[in-house]
Amino acid sequence: MQKEIIIAGFGGQGVLFGGQVLAYAAMDTGKDVTWIPSYGPEMRGGTANCTVVIADHEIGSPLVKNPPLAIALNLPSFDKYEETLAPGGTLIVNQSMVDRPAKRSDIHAIFVPCNEIAEEIGDKKLMNMVAMGALLSALPEVTLKDVEKALEGHLPARHKHLLPKNYEALKRGFESAQKEWDKVPA
Amino acid sequence: MPKELWKGNEAIAEAAVRAGLEAYFGYPITPQTEILEYLSRRLPELGRAFVQAESELGAINMVYGAACAGVRVMSSSSSPGVSLMMEGLSYIAGTEIPAVLVNVMRGGPGLGNIAPAQADYNQAVRGGGHGDYPRIVLAPASVQEAIDLMALSFDLAEKYRMITMMILDGSVGQMMEPAEMPAMQEVHRKNFEWATNGAMNRERRILSSIYLNPLDEEQTNLRLLRRWQEVQNNEVRYKEYFLDDAEIIVIGFGTAGRVALSAVREARALGIKVGLFRPITVSPFPFEALSQLTGQARAFLVTEMNMGQMLDDVLLAVRGRVPVEFYGRPGGVVPFHDEILDEIQRIHTAPIASPLGTTVHTNPRESWLTRMTQRA
Repeated sequence: MQKEIIIAGFGGQGVLFGGQVLAYAAMDTGKDVTWIPSYGPEMRGGTANCTVVIADHEIGSPLVKNPPLAIALNLPSFDKYEETLAPGGTLIVNQSMVDRPAKRSDIHAIFVPCNEIAEEIGDKKLMNMVAMGALLSALPEVTLKDVEKALEGHLPARHKHLLPKNYEALKRGFESAQKEWDKVPA
Repeated sequence: MPKELWKGNEAIAEAAVRAGLEAYFGYPITPQTEILEYLSRRLPELGRAFVQAESELGAINMVYGAACAGVRVMSSSSSPGVSLMMEGLSYIAGTEIPAVLVNVMRGGPGLGNIAPAQADYNQAVRGGGHGDYPRIVLAPASVQEAIDLMALSFDLAEKYRMITMMILDGSVGQMMEPAEMPAMQEVHRKNFEWATNGAMNRERRILSSIYLNPLDEEQTNLRLLRRWQEVQNNEVRYKEYFLDDAEIIVIGFGTAGRVALSAVREARALGIKVGLFRPITVSPFPFEALSQLTGQARAFLVTEMNMGQMLDDVLLAVRGRVPVEFYGRPGGVVPFHDEILDEIQRIHTAPIASPLGTTVHTNPRESWLTRMTQRA
């Protein structure tokens, strides 16, 4: 088993942390994992992305050209990764930040209004966790429970009071994506 | 100890601390700054020495001084910064003292960029500084390997009174992977018979790289070479993947090596008998192991994130017995595994009579350049 995931968005949207949470969840369940950021000037604003590879063997390349899974938190990321996604792959799109439908018909584009859901929960910064929850609907190798445990285990103590809202964000994202999957013809 | 998710640069820093690093001197530069940043907090906390020098020149000469005193010392930098350190490295080599330097390589030449590259192979392996001196060069491909090689770097440097360099590209430095840290070693300053650590109740010692009499300098050079023979005999390290029945053998170090592993796995799934040979010590280079593989290989494919530097060492090992092909991405570009898979398939489907559609004596670097030019 090997799965590659690219998470992309504006700097400040929690792209890198979202990927780290996923990496922790994979590690804690005994899988091999790599997390690699784009570490260029985009760290200081602009677009950012990270690639997470999860496998049950020694991971070779930490980067991937045509990922089977990706999250696009903004329009530039949607434009970029809709093009490179592997055929049959799943793209989680933050509907709150894009103004167009998918162009490709050979991929699954799952639209989730991450910003609105996060604001409903009461903290717009939870948007990345909503998207992570949505991603898990297409990544059976990592469960919601695994990610919850990873957050609990690795979130700094000063942020522990935020855990319930993070769990809610994950769950709401997962459910929202699930509704989109239900619309996909069998 | 349980596995933790470590970023390459921070893992290197902590591994050095646990190996008994007593002093660090450096200057910030992307993509290695996290090593310096981490140690700026960690070393003072332990009562050990951390100095951010005024420049890389200052840093390497502080390393020189601390090394003379027999202290476990290191510096780290990235390509342009390492170039600045070359004079100091040559002096350290000429003085026959141990020192460790980590180079988290980036795209060049010149200021280049901050993306991952392997273009400092020749600088590291062939010497870089002036004069005739050998040095040990280790090339980790993962965070765990970087941790393991960090402790080894100090041991080798002290055992052979030699510079040990660890070269990794920016992606290993910036990547996070699950890894296990070794236990904490106490700082244990060894009582080296050469260290200038205070001449109370003993004869005075002098450490220097000056030998004004050429015959003395010649003897010093020969002594370095004899010591290097020991290193060559004892310290070669590499890792093999799927080599048992491999007819095509891919050779790559560091990140290029691990990207090739993905390509090799996929080619195996297509039924191609291909394996991977990944040098861990690029100096001493595994000449003998590669030479033996010429008996089973139909072709070698060297992949690097440069224009073919280790390629020359592979050609030396192979000595024309088997065709060698090259695929590189220079300038800070990390190849995707698909590109290496394409190369494996190209070699695999080439006519048997002329395995690569070329003659054995074609320059692999030139034929690669032709393919790159056609592709553009």
